[in-house]
Amino acid sequence: MSKILVIAEHDGTKLSQATARCVTCAAQVTGAEITVAVFAAEPAAVAAQAAALAGVAHVITITAAHNAHPLAAVLAPQVVKIAAAYTHVFGASTSFGKDLMPRVAALLGVPQISDAMAVEGAYKFKRPTYAGNALVTLEAPADRILVATVRTASFEAATGGGSAPISAVSVDAVVPTHTRFVSISAQATTDRPELTSAAKVVSGGRALASKENFELIFSLAGKIGAAVGASRAAVDAGYASNELQVGQTGKIIAPELYIAVGISGAIQHLTGIKDAKTIVAINKDPEAPIFEVSDFGLVADLFQVLPEMEKALG
Amino acid sequence: MRKILVGIKRVVDYNVRVRVKPDGSGVVTDGVKMSVNPFDEIALEEALRLRERGEAAEVIAVSIGPEDAQQQLRTALAMGADRAILIKTDAVLEPLTAAQAFLAVIVKENPDLVLVGKQAIDDDAAQTGPMIAALWDRPQATFASKVEIKGGTAVVTREVDAGLETIEVDLPAVISADLRLNEPRYVKLPDIMKAKKKTLDVIDLATLGVSAEAGLKCVLVEPPKPRAKGIMVKDVAELVDALKKKGLV
Repeated sequence: MSKILVIAEHDGTKLSQATARCVTCAAQVTGAEITVAVFAAEPAAVAAQAAALAGVAHVITITAAHNAHPLAAVLAPQVVKIAAAYTHVFGASTSFGKDLMPRVAALLGVPQISDAMAVEGAYKFKRPTYAGNALVTLEAPADRILVATVRTASFEAATGGGSAPISAVSVDAVVPTHTRFVSISAQATTDRPELTSAAKVVSGGRALASKENFELIFSLAGKIGAAVGASRAAVDAGYASNELQVGQTGKIIAPELYIAVGISGAIQHLTGIKDAKTIVAINKDPEAPIFEVSDFGLVADLFQVLPEMEKALG
Repeated sequence: MRKILVGIKRVVDYNVRVRVKPDGSGVVTDGVKMSVNPFDEIALEEALRLRERGEAAEVIAVSIGPEDAQQQLRTALAMGADRAILIKTDAVLEPLTAAQAFLAVIVKENPDLVLVGKQAIDDDAAQTGPMIAALWDRPQATFASKVEIKGGTAVVTREVDAGLETIEVDLPAVISADLRLNEPRYVKLPDIMKAKKKTLDVIDLATLGVSAEAGLKCVLVEPPKPRAKGIMVKDVAELVDALKKKGLV
């Protein structure tokens, strides 16, 4: 039987939805018994939320002052101590999981499966490579602990209604002092949604032709409450800053609505948006590759389209 | 700081349309343009800037891969690395194995800092940096968007999902570069000429006592399902209507 340990992700008070998605992935392993581990300074609130997730059999809490902030170097030796009693250790493929899980895997001396997107067997998982252009099915040895991160976009969040018992566990691990938390701040002070998690994104390409013209993209984005993105070409030309870059060499995003304005659709850009639900392309070149992936295409001059669109949106 | 090691991975260029082999054994790499992993270029740029600010004396580019990975190391030398080391293997290594091989170089070179890209754009695993740190038993600061060296520590701003996290790590440490850290310089022709004269040592992976054997079995490589064909609209009014119907605006 598979005994799966899921490492909870939280901010001290609230369990991340990413963990609920991770639980769904774990539950798809036949006959899995799922335990959620909460590392925190005060784990009670988060543990209660984890216990309420359907499919969770146990919640364990590891209380320590050094667990107040999620530092991979501090958490990893503790996870390793607990992991011995499990067949699998899962974490979400978020900045938290991507930081922690490889460190855990290396300490255990086992390979890791990153970004599991489908469960094909207890030790067999599918994952995306080349920004989703090649899907790889990997099989891990069944006689060793399997460490994996779970691609959250591929699994729905586990629902509530569970009532797993919560127990405190003490872990006898030496934790390092060489890594220290200093501070955390929300992304730059702006009302704009964050690019990687935004439901809507408006991106501009080289056809904007200047930094000043790029304001048209900000304006439309502001109108519909979207985040702003840019193609690599627009970034290289200095029209937009690098942090807005969408694509394989920038941010890989999966919004509900993606509007590409004046973007021809270089392959590395397309791979960064392929999981977007609805793609709108506006370009004056009818041959632009962006139209091959768009749900709605409009061949027109963006400098006429953008003001018109803003007007039409009232 | 005396020495910085920078990981340089040879990957399929980001402008290449990747194709899966019909037999499902992998992706086509024969005759395909190969480049330095873009995130590794950012890592190297940061190392060069630290050296130029007088924070480090030497920058060494390290790659693990086939004989041809020397091309990517020459690019790193042209960007400004002082010397390069290739750990030669024809096998495609898993991140854990790559980390073990990298550790062997660390033991030999004794660097104060290791800089790598946050992930490679081929396997997208994002494992090697933290794995090197774990095996080395040293701190890690992944997804770095700002690095400040203060004596024996590095203060690193990390791009995390919740925002920007700042941590302090004792050196030596492993830092992985995110997009926002810097914008890598362009290589100029005279630099390419100069790079040809720089030292590039080739070490066979086997001599490091690291096994290239994979722990995970690759069962199948397949292309994703194609997107359904979309429609062309004739004007803005039709576009806005369509988006309104879908409840998107």
